[in-house]
Amino acid sequence: MKQGSAVERLKNGIITENPTFVLTLGMCPTLAVTTSAVNGLGMGLTTMAVLALSNMFISMLRKVIPDKVRIPAFIVVIASFVTVVELLLEAYLPSLYDALGLYIPLIVVNCIILGRAEAYASKNGVVSSLFDGVGMGLGFTLALTIIGAVRELLGAGQVFGINVMPQSYVPCSIFVLAPGAFFVLAALTATQNKIKRAGEKKGKDMSKIQSGCCSDCTACADTLCGQRKEEKPVAEKEEK
Amino acid sequence: MAAVKELLIILISSSLVSNVVLSQFLGLCPFLGVSKKINTAAGMGTAVIFVITLASAVAGAIYQFILTPLDLTYLQTIVFILVIAALVQFVEMFLKKFMQSLYKALGVYLPLITTNCAVLGVALTNVQKNYSILQGVVNGFATSVGFTISIVILAGIREKMAYNDIPESFKGMPIVLVTAGLMAIAFCGFSGLL
Repeated sequence: MKQGSAVERLKNGIITENPTFVLTLGMCPTLAVTTSAVNGLGMGLTTMAVLALSNMFISMLRKVIPDKVRIPAFIVVIASFVTVVELLLEAYLPSLYDALGLYIPLIVVNCIILGRAEAYASKNGVVSSLFDGVGMGLGFTLALTIIGAVRELLGAGQVFGINVMPQSYVPCSIFVLAPGAFFVLAALTATQNKIKRAGEKKGKDMSKIQSGCCSDCTACADTLCGQRKEEKPVAEKEEK
Repeated sequence: MAAVKELLIILISSSLVSNVVLSQFLGLCPFLGVSKKINTAAGMGTAVIFVITLASAVAGAIYQFILTPLDLTYLQTIVFILVIAALVQFVEMFLKKFMQSLYKALGVYLPLITTNCAVLGVALTNVQKNYSILQGVVNGFATSVGFTISIVILAGIREKMAYNDIPESFKGMPIVLVTAGLMAIAFCGFSGLL
């Protein structure tokens, strides 16, 4: 498969570098909105729209934006698209808008979006950046829908609002409440660890799998502070 | 008296009942990342209290005196994120210049806070709930106190947990998440408080 082609980018986002299951990025919204499969799907698609549009625009502007102020510039682009999407949702899908609430504007600080802008869109062409955004967005949507479906199934005995469990099943409602989110994520990262270790035993390269969700923030903070670290020695010299 | 009572309710509900980390999942990254030792957790907590309280005051003032009169409230997300990023930078520079001791204690944590979604979350909640600037500041303070309480408790548990025998796959992040889940159950108990 050709590097950077549309199909390769989509596969990369959905499977090879799935943002939730492999890279463990953007866990805050993942935990907060996956109380049902529908909410997960809605949040995923919203994020995908922002991700695809911001990737496309950042890629278009990549030669115009000076390197030193690129992070603030990216954030402004992302925040603008989030605002657009938020207003559209409020106008056309008010029920989803109410369900997701505060987490729509918080897409701005979702590490996946800034991460893709920094890692891919700022270095690659417009079309492949667009498909990178769509692929990553679809991967995120898929993961959120699956997590949402599992929590809904255990916590309410339903999937997409349809009863699937037998009448005798007593819903374990803790799974749709806040603690359930932590337990589901714990199970997820434990599975990741297991797969990673099994893969390492066979001698495969498993370094892509990041375990634990703090890696994303350190990664984000690194992109933000990495710049400062580079600048600091210069400043110190000037002081002397 | 009614105003004081209202502020007190905001204080309790934001810090304990709807705890920012354990029931709203904001600021999860520092919560899981900087909670290995009680000392660093407390340092992070103090820095968060400082930044969030200041940010909610500044964001509230900007919203009320600039965005509302100019009819630009739909720009809130963009304006808030930029203001917060600039504020954190400014606070860092100010502390470095004028309050060396405080800078030494909090300096390491400040850059990490820029990426903390709790700061933006509080600023947006204040607007959504139509809080006045004072109510917003109290809400910001209470939220960050809630954050500090939970991160210090988690750090305490993690220090003890270092000596435990944990199943191989659960070592590292998964067991911390299970702990956080149990803490979330405990914090559910506060919901009867109001």
